[in-house]
Amino acid sequence: MANYSTNEFRSGLKVMLEGDPCAILDNEFVKPGKGQAFSRVKLRNLTNGRVWERTFKSGESLEGADVMDTDLEYMYNDGEFWHFMDPNTFDQFQADKNAIGDNYKWLKEQEQVEVTLYNGSPLSVSPPNFVDLEVTDTDPGLKGDTAQGGSKPATLSTGAVVRVPLFINIGEVLKIDTRTGEYVSRAKGQ
Amino acid sequence: MTIEWRPGADQAALIARAEMLTQVRHFFAQRKVLEVETPLLCQGAPTDPHLESLLVNTNSGIRFLQTSPEFAMKRLLAAGSGDIYQICKSFRAGESSVRHNPEFTMLEWYRTGFTLAELIAEVIDLLQQVLGSQPIFEASYQQLFEQYLGVNPHPISNDTLAELGQKVAGRELDNMTRADWLDLLMSQVVEPKLPPGIVVITDFPACQAALSQVAEDNQANQVAKRFEVYINGVELANGYVELLDSDELAQRFAADRQIRRQQNLATDVGDDYLLAAMQQGLPACVGVAVGLDRLLMAITGSSDIAKLLSFPCGNA
Repeated sequence: MANYSTNEFRSGLKVMLEGDPCAILDNEFVKPGKGQAFSRVKLRNLTNGRVWERTFKSGESLEGADVMDTDLEYMYNDGEFWHFMDPNTFDQFQADKNAIGDNYKWLKEQEQVEVTLYNGSPLSVSPPNFVDLEVTDTDPGLKGDTAQGGSKPATLSTGAVVRVPLFINIGEVLKIDTRTGEYVSRAKGQ
Repeated sequence: MTIEWRPGADQAALIARAEMLTQVRHFFAQRKVLEVETPLLCQGAPTDPHLESLLVNTNSGIRFLQTSPEFAMKRLLAAGSGDIYQICKSFRAGESSVRHNPEFTMLEWYRTGFTLAELIAEVIDLLQQVLGSQPIFEASYQQLFEQYLGVNPHPISNDTLAELGQKVAGRELDNMTRADWLDLLMSQVVEPKLPPGIVVITDFPACQAALSQVAEDNQANQVAKRFEVYINGVELANGYVELLDSDELAQRFAADRQIRRQQNLATDVGDDYLLAAMQQGLPACVGVAVGLDRLLMAITGSSDIAKLLSFPCGNA
């Protein structure tokens, strides 16, 4: 991979730091008039999501990280690994629990998600902002209560549990915001 | 694709700049300080390892764009100009941020027969004239390091300093001089904690003397007779009791070149004209440089220098 100097550090650039692939979030140039120039850099460690703050001398460089975001189709979970396929090349990838994290809740078979590959292996997945999922379990719906507040838990086909309005029934398909884990509406076409 | 031809500064910023320049000129006219102009294209350049000069190819050879008018103004002083000031462009390669533009406007002036305290008072007068009344806080470099870092910056060993610096940096840094570690701690720990208004920092560590005199303070530490002024936490001005000894100047040039060699930086820097002028004799004087774009940031309350430049370097 190419090396990147501090003056090329931009938000979004992927670099290797302390053995881990990181994404640069922010780079602040600091220089006393007569003094040494520094870059104060915020990076997100892509293996664990932690944000690091590190200072570099101007002109220092870091190796680029072989990190690529790609759209893959989620196929299935074998109990240990989640399997994905590139819909163009049919290449298959398996992701472990570290890479999937809590996002297993939003993975729907045959649907595409953005997968971050590091050295060709899944490092993390970013589900779409909204997914449509079927309710597999919830208390019976209250007829007529379509407008007023009140909510109850509902289990979705992926195992996710979300708060839904009282009128929702088993078998309905719901639109969920994956960023907040919140119910948005009944899915279109219902 | 559209080309961004419009200015970075809006009309109000253009007017604020013009008013600031008028006020500055009026200030010095009243005090009988002579306005001068010196060349931007120079044969000499500062040796300071942290200043990178831009080069220009001319018919008579390579010239440096000045990083400040210091050398030429000192040659005028040596020739008997008396008190002088200048408003000019200065250039520093690689300096670009919300508070830096590689080409910027500098106000620099020299006072013969002034003490450093008198010069500090004059800087504060000028700032309050353009900014209105400001809270003023004055402290020595040592006081600030003791307050915010719990260490005395003068006797501290290089190893202890590096240890402290690496903790702040979050990583190991190579090829750092004592002055570099001090800069790191100053810019990342002390500066963010400076109070609002005008802050004057005095008595810098001797290794950061640049072209100022070094003297003993009342605790027998060697300190640079230098001050910096901050406005609302932003570095604004840098002033010296000017070094007069030409042998000492030659030694400092040589020491800087040594550091430059180690760091693979250009070593064909220095200025024989300045050396010759100082051999003949620079009158006892104090001098200070003020970043006028930064001052305009304080006047207008803007946090982005690009909004105050007619055309910032990105679309100059």
